[in-house]
Amino acid sequence: MDFKDSDRIPGPRTEDRLPHTAEAAVKIVIVGGFGVGKTTMVGSVSEIRPLTTEETMTQAGIGVDDDFGSASKTATTVAMDFGRISITDELVLYLFGTPGQERFWFLWNGLFEGALGAVVLVDTRRLEVSFDVMGRLEERGVPFVVAVNSFPDAPRYPLPELRTALDLPEEVPILECDVRRRASSRDVLMTLMRFLHALALTGAPV
Amino acid sequence: MTPPQRRRRQPRPQPSASPPAPGAPPPEGEKKNPERLYVIGGGDADGERAELDLVTLIVARADDPPASATPEQAAVLRLCSAPLSVAELSAYLNLPFSVVTVLLTELLTTGLVHARAPIVRQKVADRSLLEAVMHGLQRL
Ligand SMILES: Nc1nc2c(ncn2[C@@H]2O[C@H](COP(=O)(O)OP(=O)(O)OP(=O)(O)O)[C@@H](O)[C@H]2O)c(=O)[nH]1
Ligand SMILES: [Mg+2]
Repeated sequence: MDFKDSDRIPGPRTEDRLPHTAEAAVKIVIVGGFGVGKTTMVGSVSEIRPLTTEETMTQAGIGVDDDFGSASKTATTVAMDFGRISITDELVLYLFGTPGQERFWFLWNGLFEGALGAVVLVDTRRLEVSFDVMGRLEERGVPFVVAVNSFPDAPRYPLPELRTALDLPEEVPILECDVRRRASSRDVLMTLMRFLHALALTGAPV
Repeated sequence: MTPPQRRRRQPRPQPSASPPAPGAPPPEGEKKNPERLYVIGGGDADGERAELDLVTLIVARADDPPASATPEQAAVLRLCSAPLSVAELSAYLNLPFSVVTVLLTELLTTGLVHARAPIVRQKVADRSLLEAVMHGLQRL
């Protein structure tokens, strides 16, 4: 990027600028395996065109790779799509779509601390890719709901059967969705918020 | 046909047992995980860094960048004439998050920008906050 000409860096469109009254933001994480529909979900509810932020990680080669002791470090870039919903003139909600692969968790452990909660998006064709991430969220006390993105060629299971397969406690919501539809994605987010609200009412530590 | 069955690494916690607070040391068994060997940001830019979240809102304190501002700083200051999250800055500048936090640390130190901290998850959630978010979502 040519910073010499910083006037030219395209910023937010005028209609995408937040009001000066915007005091604070909250965030929700949408996590799921490759191609499960994270970006689609962010895009279907966001008021701005979804944006991408990146982080670069350097792998300190301590015998994890088959580098045969070479001192070379492997750089990995992780991209996260995100979108934004203005809640009030003071409060803004950000939604981050993040890959569920194990080696990226360290990244979002650091950066996603403090998220209100998470949506675990699952695809019944590859249910098992979500198992580990659910465990991680549980260990860290991040409340989540499970949204089953229904692809046409995916096996269909009754939700109680999926709940059992995912070993979800009774109180954790699981629902079907079509993330291409705004109303459906919004329902998923509302389900998460209602769940968080119920947890707050029982005073349960989350 | 039945779906594959998830196996927990630890038994399901009893409802009374509270899960570890964010920031608590990771449970046993996690320390060996390979992702711990990744260093965010490439390791060189290890100076002092402000506590910045992806959704910390950044606002420039003056209308125009001072003449002394570097081109990178001027770019940030222009983008932040209205509040903008660190994530959005990273996206518009096309720079990794960690690089943006280094840039912002300088600007915060010299008082050229102001940071508005995010509202983070609390042990017992703030119900009025959750209700506000629900109302906002309902209007979507
Ligand atoms: N039929 C159907 N297709 C969907 C649905 N959701 C997403 N898709 C499609 O599936 C593809 C992958 O969706 P993405 O939103 O890119 O998934 P992602 O999780 O962001 O993928 P990665 O970032 O590559 O991991 C796209 O072509 C979508 O149009 C759905 O509910 N039904
Ligand atoms: Mg994507």
